[in-house]
Amino acid sequence: MAKNKPSEPRTKNRIRHLIDTQWCKGCGICIHFCPEKVLEFDEQGKAKAVRPEDCIACRLCELRCPDLAIQIIMDKEDNHDHP
Amino acid sequence: MKQKEFNFKDYIRNRYFPHIWCPGCGHGIVLGALLRAVHELGLEKNEIVVTSGIGCSSRISGYVDFHTLHTIHGRALAFATGVKLSKPSLKAIVPMGDGDALAIGGNHFIHAARRNIDITAIVMNNRIYGMTGGQFSPLSGSGKKATTAPYLTIDRAFDIVDLAKSAGATFVARSTVFHATESKDIIKKAITHKGFSVVEILTQCPTYYGRKNKEGDAIQMMEGFNTHTAKIGSKKLENNPNLIQRGIFVEDKTVPEYCEAYDQIIATAMKESL
Amino acid sequence: MTTHNNIRFIQGNEACVEGAIYAGINFFAGYPITPSTEIAEHLASRLPQQGGKFIQMEDEIASMGAIIGASLTGNKVMTATSGPGFSLKQEALGYACMAEIPCVIANVQRGGPSTGNPTHVSQGDINQARWGTHGDHAIIAMTASSHQDVFNITVDAFNMAETYRTPVIILLDEVIGHMREKLVIPDPGVIPVVKRLQTSVPKDVDYHPYLPREDGRLPMSDFGGEHRYNVTGLFHDMWGFPSNDPKIVRGLLRHLVDKIENNVSDITRYKEYWLDNAEYVLVSYGAAARSSIHLARNRQARGVKLGVLELQTIWPFPAELVREKCAGAKAVMVVEMNMGQLVAQVKSAVDTPDKVFLCNRIDGELISPTDIKTALRMIQGKGV
Repeated sequence: MAKNKPSEPRTKNRIRHLIDTQWCKGCGICIHFCPEKVLEFDEQGKAKAVRPEDCIACRLCELRCPDLAIQIIMDKEDNHDHP
Repeated sequence: MKQKEFNFKDYIRNRYFPHIWCPGCGHGIVLGALLRAVHELGLEKNEIVVTSGIGCSSRISGYVDFHTLHTIHGRALAFATGVKLSKPSLKAIVPMGDGDALAIGGNHFIHAARRNIDITAIVMNNRIYGMTGGQFSPLSGSGKKATTAPYLTIDRAFDIVDLAKSAGATFVARSTVFHATESKDIIKKAITHKGFSVVEILTQCPTYYGRKNKEGDAIQMMEGFNTHTAKIGSKKLENNPNLIQRGIFVEDKTVPEYCEAYDQIIATAMKESL
Repeated sequence: MTTHNNIRFIQGNEACVEGAIYAGINFFAGYPITPSTEIAEHLASRLPQQGGKFIQMEDEIASMGAIIGASLTGNKVMTATSGPGFSLKQEALGYACMAEIPCVIANVQRGGPSTGNPTHVSQGDINQARWGTHGDHAIIAMTASSHQDVFNITVDAFNMAETYRTPVIILLDEVIGHMREKLVIPDPGVIPVVKRLQTSVPKDVDYHPYLPREDGRLPMSDFGGEHRYNVTGLFHDMWGFPSNDPKIVRGLLRHLVDKIENNVSDITRYKEYWLDNAEYVLVSYGAAARSSIHLARNRQARGVKLGVLELQTIWPFPAELVREKCAGAKAVMVVEMNMGQLVAQVKSAVDTPDKVFLCNRIDGELISPTDIKTALRMIQGKGV
């Protein structure tokens, strides 16, 4: 089973933030706890990935989202668990 | 072989989302941890029965795509006992609020623990009655504000872990919604444990408890779960023994599980009636 | 065929146990309370002998909850109690009405209110059986005056619980529960036993647990089976998910009441004695009916046209039947051991309420044929 290689350069396409704005209630938990400050509020007060290229896929946003509104999607071959 | 990657949409009833919980309510984080635990254990959805009582936390049953039983206030463990004893092959999970589990449901809680019936009780402790609008619970503790304690509470709080231990629960643990992965791992162990498991998860009610007691918004309350707790055996706890302890307090595999013990009764009764 | 093996000389509570076993009970949860405890004791012994489960719960509420849980996994379930315990069960009983869970509750009545007169007879829970739980609902409650009938109505109770997906209450009383008499247990198959109606919806096809069929029945799917759904005490949609949509609320409440009230004639069980050309009719039930029948037999021998209508189905109240059976009578006397709980129903059922009288006893002693004879003489204008 492949592990994420830390040396591998991150690209925009590898990690996608699927945010359901209908489900998001704008509590800001994901924004606050993101270690790379990837997320911000959009103009509706919902979470938005404004710097997805900085995402390290720690999934803290997904794990702590009380609304089940965020999914981190890893593209193709990177479809595995993360440390 | 690697199992399919976790997607919570495989485990919920999508049509009922967004859920009813307030912005920033920690209950949804417990829901996420529970679903991840079920996924990682590789359980079949058809082998799980989630039974709940009444309150904000108890609405969890409606959202999960398992067999779900949303019962009456405080009695979820009694209903779940009927489910489990009548069909022991099912995994019985009972998410409860602190008032539901330990005020109106306190009797069922201690007796389920005493029997050591194989049920996983998840107490989502936000120290308040949220659904009815912010009344103090048996977990609020003294000196707290609530709509029914305008001059501060004088009632002392239960310690869920100590209570569960002394009532005979054979798996007792505590975590918080700040520690979502730890919560998930503990829930996994609790579900796997054969016997009565109690998992207390500290969760925030920013709408009532946080607001009334000036503990800030959901984020600040979650930060508080990090600051005010420490893992059993950690340096942090050693340095400050007054912190709320997290981790697994009891994991006793020597006590007979109730349904298995009853199978022995059946064997005896059948032999004697011959 | 009657053999020595199936003739018993037992208590009424045991006759109830035998009826439950005949009907296929496989789960019982209970809590000790006089005068019903023998039901729990005998099932504690009998159920595991056939692979069933018995559990003594921490209280009456938990017992009611446990049987509901066990019913959902596909079992025939019962609990037993008496007045104070019956009060405690009411909230969960209402849940079983709302969520449409088949279950049977035996209430061996004792004197009340409160702790009352635990070891003495009363029929004071007639109205509690009807309206003990809150909110509009329909309920089935049955009673009997002999052990053979206790057996029969217990089988009926289990059958009706399945047919109508509802809690059914068996209202025994202390005299019936503790008295010993003969019971002949019929061979299997003599009395039909209703199996749980299972859904025929295949796996992976959307199953609607709360969408009634054309005949009003709701096929079930056991917990642990192929269909996952929600069960709740809140008003709910056809998937069992909570809803407060006014249309759904109204529709569900109507369904809960209609499925029982529209089937009164199928649910009604009764017995009649010397009602043809009866000038006087005693309407009675349970232990009080034994005394009524005894007196009527005795009076018939002396040429008095006294008949008895013994109601075995108390709720839904068989108003049509009572009206018809009492139509020709000069006077109707309701014989019961309470302050007059069923008499009001009888008065509202008959064409001339003024001819309906109450003959009761409320001191914890069994009402006697003499008590009834005395009351009868008064309404006949013969003095005491």
